[in-house]
Parts: sequence; C-alpha cells; structure tokens
Amino acid sequence: MSATLDQYVGKRWRKPHFITSPGWRWGLIIASVIYLVLAFASVEINWSRVYRGLSRGWEFIVGFANPDFVSRWSDISSGMAESVVMTVASTVVGIALSIPVALGAARNIAPLPVYLVCRAIIALSRALNEIIVAIILVAILGFGPLAGFITLSFATIGFLAKLLAEDIEDMQKAQAEAVKATGAKWMQWVNYGVQPQVMPRLVGLSMYRLDINFRESAVLGLVGAGGIGATLNTAFDRYEFDSVAAILIIIIVSVMVLEYLSGIIRARMK
Amino acid sequence: MPIIEKSGVKAWQVRDRNSQLIRWAMWLLGTMAFVFSWKVISDNTQWAIMGNIGAVTMDIGGRAMPPRWSYMDQLWLPIWDTLNIATLGTLFALIMAVPVAFLAASNTTPSRLFVRPIALLIIVSTRSVNSLIWALLLVSIVGPGVFAGLIAISIRSIGFCAKLLYEAIEEIDETQVEAIRATGASGWQVMVYGIVPQILPAFAGIAVFRWDINIRESTVLGLVGAGGIGLQLQSSLNVLAWPQVSLILLVILLAVVIGEFVSAKVRGAII
Repeated sequence: MSATLDQYVGKRWRKPHFITSPGWRWGLIIASVIYLVLAFASVEINWSRVYRGLSRGWEFIVGFANPDFVSRWSDISSGMAESVVMTVASTVVGIALSIPVALGAARNIAPLPVYLVCRAIIALSRALNEIIVAIILVAILGFGPLAGFITLSFATIGFLAKLLAEDIEDMQKAQAEAVKATGAKWMQWVNYGVQPQVMPRLVGLSMYRLDINFRESAVLGLVGAGGIGATLNTAFDRYEFDSVAAILIIIIVSVMVLEYLSGIIRARMK
Repeated sequence: MPIIEKSGVKAWQVRDRNSQLIRWAMWLLGTMAFVFSWKVISDNTQWAIMGNIGAVTMDIGGRAMPPRWSYMDQLWLPIWDTLNIATLGTLFALIMAVPVAFLAASNTTPSRLFVRPIALLIIVSTRSVNSLIWALLLVSIVGPGVFAGLIAISIRSIGFCAKLLYEAIEEIDETQVEAIRATGASGWQVMVYGIVPQILPAFAGIAVFRWDINIRESTVLGLVGAGGIGLQLQSSLNVLAWPQVSLILLVILLAVVIGEFVSAKVRGAII
C-alpha cells in the first residue's frame, strides 16, 4: 500500500473490494457462475409433479391450522417418552464418557500419546453423521432405542469433549499450579485446580448438548433407532398431515422450552 | 468460609451444609432420572440376541470389507447431486436469511412489537425441525428427487443463518452507523455503507460454516428419497449389498472431511 493522499485527491471515492486481489476476485466470480449454470442445469424439477403435490402441501398447512393430537395420541405419547428417555440416558453417558476424553485431549494436561488417541476419538465421532451411525447400529443391534442411545452417546463425545478440551487448554495456569504446590495428588489437582475453572462451561455445554440430543432423537426413529421419529414416519406414510402437524408442533414446542431452560441455566452459571 | 468442627479440630470444606444438601438432592434426582431412562431402554431391548453381537459385527464387517470399487462409476452423479443440494441449498437459505435477520435484529427491525416476533418465530420453527424431517415432508409434497432435498436444506438453514447473522447485526459498532447517517445518507445508504461492511466477514463465515454442515446433512437426505448419495446408500442397504455400503460410507466420510477442510481454510482466510 504505497498509495499517498495525492493519488486520491480529485478522484471519486470507490468502495474497496471485499477480495482485494483482482485475479482471485474475477477467478472466483467466473468459477461460481460456471458452477451455478452447471448445477442449475442438472437439477431436474418435475413441475407437473410439483403442481400435483401442491394440494398435498395445502393439506399440510390446513393440518397445521388444526392439528390432531387425539386420534394417534397413544403412539405419539409413547414415541415422545422414548425420545425423552433416550435423550436423558445418552446425555448422561455421553458426558461421563467425554470428561476423560476431554482431559486426554487437552495438550496442557495429557502426554502426547494420550492426546493423539483422544483427538482421534473426537475426530472420528465428529466425522460420522448420527444417522449413519444409527443405520450401522440398527443393522447390528436390531431395531429399538438401544441403537439410538448408543448413537447419541457417541455423538456427544465428539461435541462435548472437543469444546471442553479447548476450554481446559485455555485455563489459567497459576491456579492449577497453586493447587499442585500444596502437594495435591493428580486426582486432587484435577478436582481442585482444573475442574472449578471449566465447570461453568461444562454445565453450559451439557445443557446445550441435551438440547441437541433431543432434536436428533426426533429423527433417529426414521432409520429404526427408536423415538418420536418412527411415529412421525408412520404418520407421513399414511398421509395423516394433521397428526404430522401435531407431532411437529410438540417437537418445536419442546425444543423451544428446552432451549429457554438451558439458556436460563447457562446464564446463571456465568 | 464453610468450616466445620470435627472432634475439636476445625476443618475446611468446599461447601457449607445447605448447599451440600441441595447438591446431594440434585445428584439424587439426576441419578434417578438416568436409572429410570436406562430401565426403559433396557426393557425395550431384546438382550437375548445381544449374546452373539460380536459374531454379527464380524459377519457384517467381513462381508463389507473389500469395498466394491467398481461401483464407484455409479456414484459420481449422486456425489454431484449431493454437492448441488448442499451448495444451492445454502445459497437459497442465505438469500432468505438476510432479510429475516435484518427484521429480527433489534437495532434494524422496522417494528419491535410486530415484525420482530414474526421473524424470531420463523427462525425458531425452521431451526428446530431437522432437515431430514423437512425432506420427508417435501418428498411427499413435491415428489422424490434432488429438488425436495434442496428445498429441505434451504428451509432448515434459514433459521441457523438468520440467527447467527442477527446476533452479528446486534453487535455492530453503532458509532460507524451514526457517522454515515451524519453525512446525510438515506436509510439504504446507511445499510450499505454503515452496517453491511461490519457484518460482511461474519456473513461469509456463517455461509461457509453452514455449507460445511449442509454437506454432512445432504449425504443422508437420500434415505427419505430426497436425492443425493443417500439414495444409493438406502438401495444398497435394502438389498444388503454390504461391499457397496462400505464404499458409500467411505465416500461420505471423505466428502465430510474435504468439506470441513475447505470450510476451515476459507474461514481462516476471511477472519
């Protein structure tokens, strides 16, 4: 940037570009235009099918206007109970498993071999989509909430351990050192030097994960891993849009309530 | 400072009696909830078939193990479809999320009382329903195919993008906006020169972040018939063609890793 004021005086001001190098800018613009043309050309839309489906879409909107909680209530309530149960159990187990993994994945606490193993566990858990894990587990364990429970617990590790490990790596050394200077053993050191520093974050993340696990448990049923998703799938298959609407409303309201509660708890922990 | 006397000796404790009791009660409740949940799961599980679980795993693993590489020829088109669902879906979502975000941010919304709650409702309701459920719904409305997946991904992403974007808008530096306004700029000019430059890096970051997530989600949309590589996964699973399943899973894993790598690089370059 060797531009001086003299170069600018008398010229009209122009907004600086977001990407400064012109080569990159034009290259990106041309590449994205080519990509978009190709992509749009390859998306096939069967407009007559869409047109025929519109009446069904309208039925769905009508269903949302007067949802039917009653006629499938026993299916809905049992599916919902299963979802809640899966959420609670998998969140608890997931947290219990992620704490040791998080301790191992924090470079300032763990030796290198442990660090690498724990980071590998986290990377694996994050790379595998919940639905895919659920499909594999359903193939092995059979239908039912056990597959969903294991899936969610496994997915919790990748999320919670990664963020917790980052928090442990950011902790203040002085406090931990002070505890160590009293002659504390390793467990005592973690308990009194490290844990109090990361506890608010751990509680916040756990609440957040509870929230996510509930949402995910709602779809695991689509592949046979238990929960409200199975009920939802059946309702879709029967084109009972009023029951579908009822289930969706229950899911949305539960998620909102959970989010609100976890927001309160997280705010109080700070 | 909670200090208790134990046989004449003063001892320090972390907590006093009341908070200790409250904590104990909370732990009890939590443990009860967990044990009950586990009991329900356990009751719904056929433990009898768990005995030969190792054998089943080995069996499936053994059948899946040499992935059928020749099947790759049939996977290129689904991969292209998956990429399109993720990219175009993100694009449409951003187009719809920007106005919603401006309506939802408390410093740019035209009316806090009427418009903002509606915008927030759009954000919450699109965000709390998973994209697979949206896909299920859209497949039954517009028919199976890439189009349903594309719309499902874009609807699901509106709430996510709009939420992050409106939080970014609310955190802008008001003095810059005021400076632009002081030059006599119109409302749109204030928007373009005062607000947009401040949120542009956040916007780009959100776009790439969501694109990364959408790559993951679009790989499984096919399970409900909404196009992409998930369709091949579903049909391979249905005929128990495990070598094909393992190949597809490898491709998906690779796609997810590449997506995450690209998004990390781009975000690193922007921020």
